Amino acid sequence: MDKMDMIDAADTPETAEPQEHRDKEGRGSKEKTQTKDKKDKKDKKERKSKKAADPDAPFLPKKPFKTHGGVHVNHMKNTAETPSEILPAPKRVVISMQQHIGTACEPIVKKGDIVTVGQKIGDSDSPLCAPIHASVSGQVTAIGTMLMPNGTEVKTVEIASDGLQTLCHDIQPPVVTNADELYAAVRESGLVGLGGAGFPVSVKINYSPDKSVDTLVVNGAECEPYLTADYREMIESPEDIIEGTRLLTEMLGLRRAIIGIEGNKPAAIRYLASLIRERSLDDKMCVLKLKNAYPQGAEKVLIKACTDRAVPVGKIPADAGCIVLNITSVGFIARYLKTGIPLVTKRITVDGSAIAEAKNVVAPIGTLVSDIAEFCGGFDKPPQKVLMGGPMMGTALYSLDYPIIKQNNGLIFMGEAETDALRPTDCIRCGRCVSACPMLLTPVNIQHLVQKRDIDGLNDLCVTSCMECGCCAYSCPAHRPLVQFLRMAKNLVKS
Amino acid sequence: MENQNLPKLSVSSSPHAHCGESTAIIMQDVLIALVPAALMAAVYFGWRAVLLMLLCIGSCVLTEYVCRRVMKRPQTVGDFSAAVTGVLLAFNLPPTLNPIYAVLGSVFAIAVVKQMFGGIGMNFVNPALAARIFLLISFPSHMSRWSIPFFYLSANADTDIVSTATPLAQAAAGSGRPSYTDLFIGLHGGCLGETCTLALLIGGMYLLLRRIITPEVPLCFLGTVALTALAAGQNPLVHLLSGGVMLGAIFMATDYTTCPVNRAGKIFYGVGCGLITMTIRLFGSLPEGVSYAIVLMNILTPHIETLTQSSPFGSEVRNSGK
Ligand code: SF4
Ligand code: SF4
Repeated sequence: MDKMDMIDAADTPETAEPQEHRDKEGRGSKEKTQTKDKKDKKDKKERKSKKAADPDAPFLPKKPFKTHGGVHVNHMKNTAETPSEILPAPKRVVISMQQHIGTACEPIVKKGDIVTVGQKIGDSDSPLCAPIHASVSGQVTAIGTMLMPNGTEVKTVEIASDGLQTLCHDIQPPVVTNADELYAAVRESGLVGLGGAGFPVSVKINYSPDKSVDTLVVNGAECEPYLTADYREMIESPEDIIEGTRLLTEMLGLRRAIIGIEGNKPAAIRYLASLIRERSLDDKMCVLKLKNAYPQGAEKVLIKACTDRAVPVGKIPADAGCIVLNITSVGFIARYLKTGIPLVTKRITVDGSAIAEAKNVVAPIGTLVSDIAEFCGGFDKPPQKVLMGGPMMGTALYSLDYPIIKQNNGLIFMGEAETDALRPTDCIRCGRCVSACPMLLTPVNIQHLVQKRDIDGLNDLCVTSCMECGCCAYSCPAHRPLVQFLRMAKNLVKS
Repeated sequence: MENQNLPKLSVSSSPHAHCGESTAIIMQDVLIALVPAALMAAVYFGWRAVLLMLLCIGSCVLTEYVCRRVMKRPQTVGDFSAAVTGVLLAFNLPPTLNPIYAVLGSVFAIAVVKQMFGGIGMNFVNPALAARIFLLISFPSHMSRWSIPFFYLSANADTDIVSTATPLAQAAAGSGRPSYTDLFIGLHGGCLGETCTLALLIGGMYLLLRRIITPEVPLCFLGTVALTALAAGQNPLVHLLSGGVMLGAIFMATDYTTCPVNRAGKIFYGVGCGLITMTIRLFGSLPEGVSYAIVLMNILTPHIETLTQSSPFGSEVRNSGK
């Protein structure tokens, strides 16, 4: 195998695809042997301690494994104990045709069409795509475009609601008996990773068979400050989460499922753990209490904490034998298989000092931020910065006239006091960015290389494995815009 | 899509939260940590010590201000780093030094060592130590005239400064040394701020608790000194408690700019400081080697960092088969 790897490394990227494939295979088998070794050891340990009757029982961790870096953030989970409120259909929704990572959807309705809730209005032939459904019933008033915060333009479908929320008549629960039917059903549901990244879930669970995936990691860390949308899902529909986890583990033929939840949500941990016991699923499923540090919910960090495996640089979780799904996504899958209603609403945490009533709102996709603000009692003071997502990784919106999309989980309306622009001063080489980085990068050196445009140097420092979690910039006493430097570094390396 | 009634919003890159620390807060903490040793210096060496400290702080801050003005760069006096350099330089001077030299050293530290290389974070050696070495080389006789603590209480202190040797010089000359207690609380000759180990330790604890410094550098530095002394058949306690080891290990070697940023690098660096210090002490013609040791390791820092660069998370997996 050594030889083969060497040949791989020496291969010129001319035959990029087959090379990558072979690459994956080689690694896949290596991974397998590695993880098997580990598993064997752990299983032995477990057998000794518990004298478990079944020698094939998968290892379920009791304590999280050590992760690198991270920072302690102020949790500010002000909305944790307020039950979600359902936002009545707004007068107008603007549904973006790009709500996922991958190819944008094409609108399949025209101006003037009458649509119903759950009717598909956007789709594409591309494999990396999730279809988009109408979230209100009414009439399509325009097929327009909209500027996304990242500067690209996307098509939108605007629907004037009739207020009736008539359900589309073809909606019926899908019949799912095997993995292929599950992929198809999940694709039709329009589900994307609801944790924020928005990767189409049907693609994520349809990993190539040579990856030897054995673990489902359910991401309930919700480590961003303010956000409680996932927490409310755990409290309000724990049965769906457990059912979804069981279903996925079974259908995909996985050995075990680990639900990782940050330690600051004891009630959720208790609920879910007792449900697992009640349904006697505790031989292959467990709830793992993670330490209270940001970013426990970042995919690679979570995999390390739950399974002690490292996702190889530039690879995906499946290469470490895991798939990671957000806890709300898992709950949604269970509900979808029961009802057949696609992803047309989203629970969103509304918080921040500028908003009158902080709460969790279940809103139709495409509701404008201004409508949500109005539903939350308007503003106490003029908002200075509006974040879509949490304060660590969220995007600042340029306008309140902006619709929410599937993977949004928070809207933070910050007042002037929280918004002070921090002026960068000279780096004092304190090393805090280095010890904060969960990916073990050295932002302090990367910033200099970016300024020098030293692409080889940046490649050596593995800048592409930065996940823009923000820990470095959060802890920098000189207020260096490190995440921006890292983004520039990644672009330099790519170009 | 624009609506006139909607408020104007700020847009910026994530993260939108910050831990609240700043360079100025860190430097203030360092200054606070230096207070116990400064007080002890004032007690032991009287008004001369106070004068030297004030002069060094004043001239460092002024030099920084003037340099930044002349170079038309953003003013950095407010980050207190010049004040820290001032105190550290004063701590490294003999109490009887002519104030002119102290001012000269301060100007050298800030103008030449720090600002000429680009200001805070850019200097390649510790400014205070570079200035001390500069003075030591230029004015060796002035820089090695020690006085016993409380000399200012004696009747004719002003005209007739009592000279004494540092414990290390005494040991090198084969004469007796002060008791451990005297060494620990600083009742012996030496530079202004280096004598009172107790005060320095209190400052070090404060820095550790406030997480301004991490324990790697001081522990490796002190540990190496003790072990080397033991191996050489000398008393490790005397080596730890005398000379500039404590001051160096806690306050000088931990200087952010000139020590490695990564953990492995810090360990390597600390051990290196200890080894060079002991090499000079045991084999050199100089009685004391802390400043040289730290400055040498400062110069090696970039290389140490390259050598000890951690591999990013997940890259071990990739490399393991190769
Ligand atoms: S945290 Fe900021 S000041 Fe400290 S080393 Fe990193 S970039 Fe420099
Ligand atoms: S943003 Fe990138 S460099 Fe900064 S801490 Fe996160 S992963 Fe590391």
